[in-house]
Amino acid sequence: MPVPDAVICRDLVVRYGALTAVDGLSFQVEPGEVLALLGPNGAGKTSTVESLEGYRRPAAGSVRVLGLDPLADHRALVPRVGVMLQRGGVYPMLGPRRVLHLFASYYQHPEDPEALLEQLSLRAAASTPWRHLSGGEQQRLSLALALVGRPEVVFLDEPTAGVDPEGRLAIRQVVADLAAQDVAVLLTTHELTEAEKMADRVVIVVGGRAAAAGRVDGSGPDTLGAAGLSFGAPPGLDTDGLGEVLGTAVTEGPPGRYRVAGQATPERTAALTSWLAERHLALTDLRTGRSLEDAYLSVVGAEEAGR
Amino acid sequence: MTAFAAQVRAETSMTLRRGETLLLTVGIPVVFLVFFSTVHVVPTQTPHPVSFFVPGILALAVMSTAMVSLGIATGFERGYGVLKRLGSTPLGRGRLVGAKIATILVVEVVQAAVLVPVGVGLGWHPAGSTGAGAAGGQALAIALLATAAFGGIGLTMAGRLRAELNLAAANGLYLVLLLLGGMVVPLAKLPGWLADLARILPAAALSDGLHAALGSGTAVPVHAWVVLAVWAVAAPVAAVVTFRWE
Repeated sequence: MPVPDAVICRDLVVRYGALTAVDGLSFQVEPGEVLALLGPNGAGKTSTVESLEGYRRPAAGSVRVLGLDPLADHRALVPRVGVMLQRGGVYPMLGPRRVLHLFASYYQHPEDPEALLEQLSLRAAASTPWRHLSGGEQQRLSLALALVGRPEVVFLDEPTAGVDPEGRLAIRQVVADLAAQDVAVLLTTHELTEAEKMADRVVIVVGGRAAAAGRVDGSGPDTLGAAGLSFGAPPGLDTDGLGEVLGTAVTEGPPGRYRVAGQATPERTAALTSWLAERHLALTDLRTGRSLEDAYLSVVGAEEAGR
Repeated sequence: MTAFAAQVRAETSMTLRRGETLLLTVGIPVVFLVFFSTVHVVPTQTPHPVSFFVPGILALAVMSTAMVSLGIATGFERGYGVLKRLGSTPLGRGRLVGAKIATILVVEVVQAAVLVPVGVGLGWHPAGSTGAGAAGGQALAIALLATAAFGGIGLTMAGRLRAELNLAAANGLYLVLLLLGGMVVPLAKLPGWLADLARILPAAALSDGLHAALGSGTAVPVHAWVVLAVWAVAAPVAAVVTFRWE
């Protein structure tokens, strides 16, 4: 039996007066899956998430969370959904411990607030009022508040924005744990690497529409990006000469970034490194397989050029 | 602890820990009570000034808590996205509003517990032909109606105005109603047309009611009941209809 989708967004349209923020977006999230909406600022990611949270009334299309309507079934839905807003949302005077205990009291079977403080490294700042927390601490507390009700679905709007590398690691771990517990996670981000590291699947949103969608974990045929090999080296290499050696086309994208068409065979990789070694050229970065970056830059570039 | 109890506890503790709130709700009323009762700048037409000022300042206290303190705090909560975030928890609008009302009542009890002894210390004793129990009951009913009316006004402003603008508007309205409310200046001292205008506002109705119940010990005038009752229904309805969580 197929797993029922926890989140369904079908042909969603969100308008603010004359402005169309979301223009026919469709996707679904299964339990245990992490889906990222990736796109530039103003792409309609937040409007989409807020429609699923019940803050926006769609102009057209339909949204369902756990089979329920976020607006009409709001009361039945809120105990089962965890929300992390893009910013704010916490009493400025209260510290993480008090806010977590307060929010825990709203739910029937809450998570232990002390365990969440530990998990998100908020113990040292547990009594610091929200307004005196660092940006990263505020984000981690917002995430903890999204989890305190033991949700089945979690919406995270830009969860790693303004967070230091260590905090990002903690947040990624939490997201991975949620998926392992069969929670459906929908997150938004404008950062490629965050989408790549946290999500199983990515929907690239540009201008309120899905410009591309697919897996980023390389596990399926619908993996985003073209197959091949990409590397970084000094700019201005003789790409024709290198291409002859490798038996395929080599192109330079942004200066110093190169892409080798075709399969990344072991022979091809070895030939590339020895070609560079013979010329005493340093290899700064080498990637094989499909690249989300390529996929993203090509669709975002194309969409923005077309507008 | 239940969600409601936890919310009341959090709201009460935040309210009582805000210095500017305490200044507004307890500090200013105490200073006014002591100052006007001992320095006779305003003729009160009562045998002893304190018997005018205790009910007047209690009225001021109710207005400062239910309208200004509640309105400003709620406006900032909206600005900080707190209300929006609470909207996606199971707390719900009903328990949130209920907790805010309970918090106002707690603060009002604190205010009375400070102001009444200060008044008594200044020589106030509730006069009355109606008896202390009846006077107290009437005063309580008046104060509850006024709390609903002012709470509704505060929330109506908080629900529509940007937090900083709301702060200024609430303080401005507080000052106007303080002067037109028969709290420190008897309505009889105002020009006739202004007194007539003041009488249909909730501030004067509240202080008229408290002056009657606690000052002269007479029955609360009908117009005070009517004006307060109308505001106590209309203002909360306006708040519910116009309120925006974001």
